[in-house]
Amino acid sequence: MSAVEPRTETDDARMRREEAELRAAWETPRGWRHFSACNNQTVGLWYTGASFFFFLFAGVLALIIRAQLAVPGNDLVSPGTYNQLFTLHGTMMMFLFAVPIFEAVAILILPQMLAARDLPFPRLSAFGFWCFLIGGVFVGGSILFNAAPDSGWFMYPPLATDTEQTGIGADIWLLGLSFIEIASIAAAVELIVGVLKCRPPGMRINLMPLYAWYVLIVGGMILFAFPPLIAGDILFEMQRLFDWPFFDAARGGDPVLWQHLFWIFGHPEVYIIFLPSIALLAMIVPTFARRPILGYGWIVLAAVGTGFLSFGLWAHHMFTIGLPWLSLGFFSAASEAVAIPTGVQIFVFVATLLAGRAIFSIPMLFATGALAIFVFGGLTGVMVALAPFDWQAHDSYFIVAHLHYTLIGGMFFPLIAGLYYFYPFVVGRMLSARLGRWSFWLMFAGFNIAFLPMHITGLRGMPRRVYTYPEGLGWDWLNLVSTVGAFTMAAGVLVMVWDALRPGKPRAPRNPWNAGTLEWVAGDPSEPWGIRSVPPIRSRYPLWDQPNLIREIDEGKFYLPGAPEGKRETLITDVLDATPLQVLRVPGNSFKPLIAAVLIGGSFIATTFHWWLLAIASGALGIAAIMVWLWTGTAAIPEKPERGAGLGVTLPLYASGPASVGWWAMFITMVGDGTAFISLVFAYFYYWTIHPAFPPAGMAPPDGALMLGGGAAALAAWAAMLGARRANGGGHAGRVRLLIGAAALLSVAGAALLLLAPWQAGLDPVAHVYPATVWVLVLWTALHLGVGVLMQGYCLAGALAGRLTARHDIDLRNVVLYGHFAFLTVATTLAVLVLAPRAT
Amino acid sequence: MLFRRETPNLWTLLTPPAVWALHFLFCYVAGAIICAKAPEALGELRLAIAAATGLALVIIAAAGAQAVRHWGFGSDAPPHNQPTDEDQKHFLAFATLLLAGLSAVAVLFGALPALFIAECGA
Repeated sequence: MSAVEPRTETDDARMRREEAELRAAWETPRGWRHFSACNNQTVGLWYTGASFFFFLFAGVLALIIRAQLAVPGNDLVSPGTYNQLFTLHGTMMMFLFAVPIFEAVAILILPQMLAARDLPFPRLSAFGFWCFLIGGVFVGGSILFNAAPDSGWFMYPPLATDTEQTGIGADIWLLGLSFIEIASIAAAVELIVGVLKCRPPGMRINLMPLYAWYVLIVGGMILFAFPPLIAGDILFEMQRLFDWPFFDAARGGDPVLWQHLFWIFGHPEVYIIFLPSIALLAMIVPTFARRPILGYGWIVLAAVGTGFLSFGLWAHHMFTIGLPWLSLGFFSAASEAVAIPTGVQIFVFVATLLAGRAIFSIPMLFATGALAIFVFGGLTGVMVALAPFDWQAHDSYFIVAHLHYTLIGGMFFPLIAGLYYFYPFVVGRMLSARLGRWSFWLMFAGFNIAFLPMHITGLRGMPRRVYTYPEGLGWDWLNLVSTVGAFTMAAGVLVMVWDALRPGKPRAPRNPWNAGTLEWVAGDPSEPWGIRSVPPIRSRYPLWDQPNLIREIDEGKFYLPGAPEGKRETLITDVLDATPLQVLRVPGNSFKPLIAAVLIGGSFIATTFHWWLLAIASGALGIAAIMVWLWTGTAAIPEKPERGAGLGVTLPLYASGPASVGWWAMFITMVGDGTAFISLVFAYFYYWTIHPAFPPAGMAPPDGALMLGGGAAALAAWAAMLGARRANGGGHAGRVRLLIGAAALLSVAGAALLLLAPWQAGLDPVAHVYPATVWVLVLWTALHLGVGVLMQGYCLAGALAGRLTARHDIDLRNVVLYGHFAFLTVATTLAVLVLAPRAT
Repeated sequence: MLFRRETPNLWTLLTPPAVWALHFLFCYVAGAIICAKAPEALGELRLAIAAATGLALVIIAAAGAQAVRHWGFGSDAPPHNQPTDEDQKHFLAFATLLLAGLSAVAVLFGALPALFIAECGA
């Protein structure tokens, strides 16, 4: 280390130099260029602000709904407008607030919590944010043109697929939200890789902040929950745009399939928004109990257990549709079982509070309010998980009450607790405790006044989603009370918003709550660098247990104290024991993610209005923009192989294959992609079970020889890519180019043969659900081969440009990984379309 | 190999709930197919679910036993919060053990309908 070398600069000079380097490398652009910022700290703030704005918008819709229902026979809004109001309220609260605010808060605080300069893919976060904003404005703004979706937030066919009865709103819902789901998966990639690979040295898996555990689990859940909805959206939109009869019973389809696909997404989604909010409590409770969490391992049990079990509950939304009794039993049992891990978390929090010396500050007020409300909602959940009770309560206001108790207790109150807790470190100012108390009691009282009576309204028979009701059914005063409560709660929200926005709040001291975790190292939020130097960690609560930590971080005593090459860098560490592995160069600010999002979003929006040429042009330009973004901004070859990372450690600047974050991002993305594909396969077998014969009599399966020929070409393409990777490792540049070129040609041939097979068999997708399902599987597969061709072309261009060398092979390794998944897709499609017809 | 290994990792941690997931999927899929295509075979299906439940519980028990071994047979109580290989191992093992317990309960919950319900119904 430097102690024995001659001194060249004083400590003060070194610190000033390092700070200047970091400030230059991490500078947040000003003026209109501000929107080119690609830094999770900035993007996280935009993301949080935008999703909170959508919350306020959806909240106003709720107030109009409550105003309409205040008295019987009210005509404040028309029935049609009312349908749009409740559909958009549910849709926006779920898709534009609850899920995105998790992603927003996570990318905002996770880097700080992990003492990372940034997460590995800041441009992906920016792209996700712009997708979210464009899709959100498109979906939310539709109501201003009387064009909002109006068939309920879960869009059940056959109503929602009927283009006569539902207007463009249903298309806006499907395409707008599909586009936003891309943003969610992008965030999942960023967050999973962030938690696994960007922890500070020494922060082993048993020392990780509990928030990181939850983020990891929820990221994984997104990969398995969102793709079934994307698959459902594809089927749905194919029916609406091209009349493919997936949900039309007259032509062999089945509306119930949509319910399955929607709720395979929809129920895990409840936990996807609940767990990250509970995660905020897992950070807040220890701080105000003044002690480490009691039962860290139990929280991990609860988070992992809930994550898994939440996938076994979906059909409890479908108890009344006539499933076999046995199926009801399985889903009822799993719905009861999930109460165990959920309850464990609550007990851990209560035990921690009892064992510590609890300080009742504003975040704690909201946290305890959250627990009270959520426990109540959980108990009615145990009731409706029983099928016979659910038959009575289904689609009544009892369910409306139940779901709001779980969501507001499980998601909203913890989030507001988090807002009060994290506001000082994000904004650098303290919120007022007096206004906070006002806000809490208005919200808490208002919420209970609004929703507690709904249990009774529901048990007295009031169905959800009715725009009005006659007087004298015993619902009148209950509804009036609910309306008063809703406006009271809104007043509480207003107080909070006023407090958050008003000028003149006092400056926050550093670590104002005296917390123990690393996000509180952050001092002045105007410093853009995340953390001044990355400390080695030895405790779950480093600020409590590691003396002088903040001072030494500030003095640049630890890893990556400066940015001598003027590059943005962050540390990559091992998944389990967090030993440092690599200094990762992360890309800087750019408009490219914004441009790509606008073009891809334009394609989705144009499709809504059936402007096909514009949709294709915008989509093609979007893909080109992504290619340019990748070419100019990723897998850069560093000017030297390694660099000193501080504390005497030298680390490589480049890694490829499983050692690189990009490889993991590809792997995670393809797991999500595979889940969407499996959902389509599920659709095939779902139709197989409901038809006596599938393919039905008189319909031939796709041409076997062409299918097998397509499969063989895809197999050869896959082998050629493996060969290219091998040749590249051996330094045979010419052979690499030849093999990649061959792989691309074979992929094109494979896709063409696969598409020809159903064509040859004369399968008309409009005629019946069998040909429609065959076409969807074949199109999906061919599309994957096509995307593979783009990637192979990209690699070939890289090889010709000299960017692909034996050592610098990130792109090739990632494309080969993609190829594994693409080939699995081909093989599965072949097995389903060629072998399954022989089994019936 | 997930079993007989020296140290736990994230995959061994996820084994017990993954077994629950497979068991659940089998029960649901097999039940849906039998009730749609061959309701007369429900008796055989219930036996198959019993067998699957037995198998799932054996695998979970094996994962749990391995977790107990990784945990040092309870020689070291939680919180397992030291920055050492040993505490990292003990923490992962302890969490796996808890998950094995939860997964076993959930598998039993999932099998109960097949014990009591003797008709496809609906």
